[in-house]
Amino acid sequence: MSREIPDRLQSRMARVWRSWEALLLAVFIVVFIANSFASPYFLNAWNLSDATFNFTEKALIAFAMAMLIVAGEIDLSVASIIALASTAMGLVMMAGFGTPVIVAAGLATGLVCGAVNGALVAGLGLPSIVVTIGTMSLFRGISFIVLGDKAFNGYPADFAYFGQGYVFWVISFELALFAVCALGYTLLLHRTSFGRTVFAIGNNPTAALFSGIRVARVRFILFLLTGVMSGLAAVCLTSRLGSTRPSIATGWELDVVTMVVLGGVNILGGAGSILGVVLAAFIMGLVTFGFGLLNVPGIVMSIFMGLLLIGVIALPRLVRGRAKGR
Amino acid sequence: MHPVLSLRGISKSFPGVKALSDVQLDLYPGQVTALIGENGAGKSTIVKVLTGIYQPDAGQILLGGAPVQFASADAAAGAGVTAIHQETVLFDDLSVAENIWLGHAPRGRFGLIDRAAMRAGAVRLLDSIGSTLNPDQRLRNLGIAQRHMVAIARALSVEARVVIMDEPTAALSHKEIHELYALIETLKAQGKAILFISHKFDEIFRIADRYTVFRDGAFVGQGRVAEATEGQLVQLMVGRSVDQIFPERVHSVGEPVLTVAGYSHPTEFADISFTLHRGEILGFYGLVGAGRSEVMQALFGITQPSRGACRIDGEVRVLRSTADAIAAGIVYVPEDRGRQGAVKGMAVFQNVTLPSLARTSRAGFLRMAEELALTRAYTGRLDLRAASLDQDVGLLSGGNQQKVVIAKWLATRPRVIILDEPTKGIDIGSKAAVHAFMADLAAEGLAVIMVSSELPEVLGMSDRVIVMREGRIVAEVSGEAMTPETLVRAAAGIAEAA
Amino acid sequence: MMRVFKQRETLLALAIVLMTLGIAGRFPGFVAPNNLANVFNDTAPLMILVIGQMIVILTKCIDLSMAATLALCGMVAALLNGAGVPLALILAAAVALGAALGAINGLLVWKVGIPSIVVTLGTMTIYRGTVFLLTNGKWINAHEMTPAFKALPRGVILGLPVMSWIALALIGAFAVVLTRTPLGRAFYAVGGNPHAAVYAGLDVGRTQAAAFVISGALAGLVGYLWVARYAVAYVDIAGGFELDVVAACVIGGISIAGGAGTVVGAVLGALFLGVIKNALPVIGISPFWQMAISGSAILLAVAFNAGRGRAAGRLILREEQRT
Repeated sequence: MSREIPDRLQSRMARVWRSWEALLLAVFIVVFIANSFASPYFLNAWNLSDATFNFTEKALIAFAMAMLIVAGEIDLSVASIIALASTAMGLVMMAGFGTPVIVAAGLATGLVCGAVNGALVAGLGLPSIVVTIGTMSLFRGISFIVLGDKAFNGYPADFAYFGQGYVFWVISFELALFAVCALGYTLLLHRTSFGRTVFAIGNNPTAALFSGIRVARVRFILFLLTGVMSGLAAVCLTSRLGSTRPSIATGWELDVVTMVVLGGVNILGGAGSILGVVLAAFIMGLVTFGFGLLNVPGIVMSIFMGLLLIGVIALPRLVRGRAKGR
Repeated sequence: MHPVLSLRGISKSFPGVKALSDVQLDLYPGQVTALIGENGAGKSTIVKVLTGIYQPDAGQILLGGAPVQFASADAAAGAGVTAIHQETVLFDDLSVAENIWLGHAPRGRFGLIDRAAMRAGAVRLLDSIGSTLNPDQRLRNLGIAQRHMVAIARALSVEARVVIMDEPTAALSHKEIHELYALIETLKAQGKAILFISHKFDEIFRIADRYTVFRDGAFVGQGRVAEATEGQLVQLMVGRSVDQIFPERVHSVGEPVLTVAGYSHPTEFADISFTLHRGEILGFYGLVGAGRSEVMQALFGITQPSRGACRIDGEVRVLRSTADAIAAGIVYVPEDRGRQGAVKGMAVFQNVTLPSLARTSRAGFLRMAEELALTRAYTGRLDLRAASLDQDVGLLSGGNQQKVVIAKWLATRPRVIILDEPTKGIDIGSKAAVHAFMADLAAEGLAVIMVSSELPEVLGMSDRVIVMREGRIVAEVSGEAMTPETLVRAAAGIAEAA
Repeated sequence: MMRVFKQRETLLALAIVLMTLGIAGRFPGFVAPNNLANVFNDTAPLMILVIGQMIVILTKCIDLSMAATLALCGMVAALLNGAGVPLALILAAAVALGAALGAINGLLVWKVGIPSIVVTLGTMTIYRGTVFLLTNGKWINAHEMTPAFKALPRGVILGLPVMSWIALALIGAFAVVLTRTPLGRAFYAVGGNPHAAVYAGLDVGRTQAAAFVISGALAGLVGYLWVARYAVAYVDIAGGFELDVVAACVIGGISIAGGAGTVVGAVLGALFLGVIKNALPVIGISPFWQMAISGSAILLAVAFNAGRGRAAGRLILREEQRT
């Protein structure tokens, strides 16, 4: 009595072709070509490698943030976690510990901060946007209490590797870490049952709960991941800068969210891909780098980034709206 | 007599669906016209056309014989067409008075809202429908029936010539329904035309003067209720005669599976004890708000009981989460399909495997082939109609969404399946399929609990019926004692006739 | 009477009074009328902005571009002043520009359907960047501003600076707008239940757009006041201030889910942060503590809000049956 229902209607190719990622790839290619015409210094392996430094740290956080946003939550405290983690690393360094302990302190601080956010959101059921606006002030506030207008300097020489070292030829440690994390998060979100539950929660948290998913636990884990990735970014950034100030990474939370949203993750939850975030990271990096070569000030780049964010999201909506109107 | 409001040749399409095609409808002053049709017949769409939420693609709306257009909800209200909607379309954080007057509040000096007039008007309107609600109370603190009174008062706050009631009794208790009937009589006496949409034939025969029937978005007939029989109306509705609605069942009840003893909750239910057997369908009957769903959700680990124990196969199980309940073999098909059942936005197969991911994945990694195989195995049995297994569940009809939810649970191989209003809001064809399927499940040895407010369904499907009222079990009946009278009396708290 | 005490506005006002008295116990100078007026005046910009943000949040949106709008309008006001435009026109231009920038946000939310957090995240950087484009990053300092331009917010009437009077007037006006006009009630209805609002004949998108226009106009006004009062205009004016504004709303009990909150609550939230900020130097705590304290205040406020929201629910058992 049952008719055969096909597994899928569209072929995989048709899907890929019409995807957000394809649009991003096109934008990426355009930006790349425009850049190589605009500046003779652009098409140089070392220059391109340098260009990656301005997005790898943010992208590390963006991977975890993408999962969090897919689940319908958000974490605006990530930049403040960097500040606090960096401060913790500075304290440990001042106490005379070596690189392994410094790194551990950074990661552990990230984990604790993530646990605080997670406990407030998943445990007490508070809205994440408000909670993380609060912890955003709290975490960076603690850095300010510790450091005031001073700074930590004098990190050990071998600590510099994380932000300045190269794994192989032009491949920096940060770029390698970015690649590994991109792969890891792609698998986690798109290929594991944990990733599937993240999508389910983002689409309909109540139905997910009624399907036997431990919603609070998944949310808590996502905040932990975001915290740890912020700690990891703090290690890289502190190592690259060689110093800690409480104002470190100010405003990064918005860059990270921009990267995630530009990557096609639905800010309302339920949809998105890590590949999109990777492409968005490259686009943002290239634009920044290209403008830099042309001596365009950073703030003008940010205008372009804002226009890109709104434009890329508005365009498909406007086109679809026009089509529907007919 | 001339109709106040007439629809002629109204059509309305949505992408991929023709919701209304060339329908007509006449509403007469001082008369109740019942609009009858299965789900998907176009009743909700016609209400939205009448209230200015949707614009028809073709056709005319005639008000007192003159063509009009309702460009917005405001325009319809301005023309004297008002509706008590199916969903409670009210505002939790506004007061009762503000809810009644939102959008057309009386104005005083400087064009500011005249709050004194608003309060007084609210009191007058509430009084006219026999309600003593405080107009300053926030809606958040009101119960379902009280909200309904606010909705009615809101509908009457405009100078109405036509009042539309979209399934107004769905959420009301016995007593409140009778108050509503009295109110309808008052409105009739005032010469208002009433459009009454309902699934319940008893109430249509009780209060309606005329009927209009829609089927699949088309007009199929109209006439006077006094000249029609229930059979004729059903035949018009479904386009065929329906004799046997419920499947034949073999009543073979086995050993106990689930034993609930003294389940209590601080505010929602108390002293709930019962035993459920293999192969049994146990009906839970009661009025809406009797606490049945709350008991079921406690058994499914959504809420925790303050006292009491639950045993499966004699073994005590503590159900702290839905995951615990599923592990214990208890699954729950919720009443609120849209919010609690299907995960819209995700594919059919992703919905089905959601609670079974541990089985379809290896070391935490998904295996798509396993997922599709599992989905195919269970959706095939349920005769799911979908374009593909990776189609978004949100694009399926209500009946097919329900099948996806049931398939999801069967795939976990449960011991006990709880179905909460399993056929609410689905068409008669799908209803029969769900009923036949329930009978199959019981025959295979699954223990089934069916929560239902539909008397024929409860009587037609259950081996045994438990009746709840105000959070407590008030009767347990089986065999010959299962009559409509006993159930209704127990549910409403009416003493046994001498 | 009990009901008044249960309201969070009362509790928040009480907290502010107790805090002020506590500080006064050790530092009587803090409650000198002069100092209190100072604290109020210092908080005036935040109080005005909070009204706008609150209206936007009521409609289930958020405006992250407020501080950037403020900066752009402030800079434009300073530039117009340099070009010799009369003060009245400058004021009108600042408010109009703010309203226009708000309208851009509103149209993107209403007509294009982009979530407000994304829209204002984008326009925030665009507006701020535009300030840079206008001036190439240069500062406009006190000596480049006319005395009249600088004098308006600082003029004192009945012991209180004009800026404070403007804030008071706006608080009063918007309290009336929100409770006594159809538009005001529409903000609540649209945020409280967007679906039902359609049935009540309200246009959800248009109401949200109106909220953004108001928020932008208020930010524009504050832009002028800010630049005139501090007598300096530069790209980073009020950098990050949008989060202080949101924080004040949260402390003031504005539900981030939309549809609930009052002007008085929001203003008290702003005052709470203002008192803390002004009290820290008085009681000898490093100003570096301010950020952590306001963060903790936000967390406490949101936990407190959630605690009372949960009390309501459907009750089935009769009173005497409850265990």
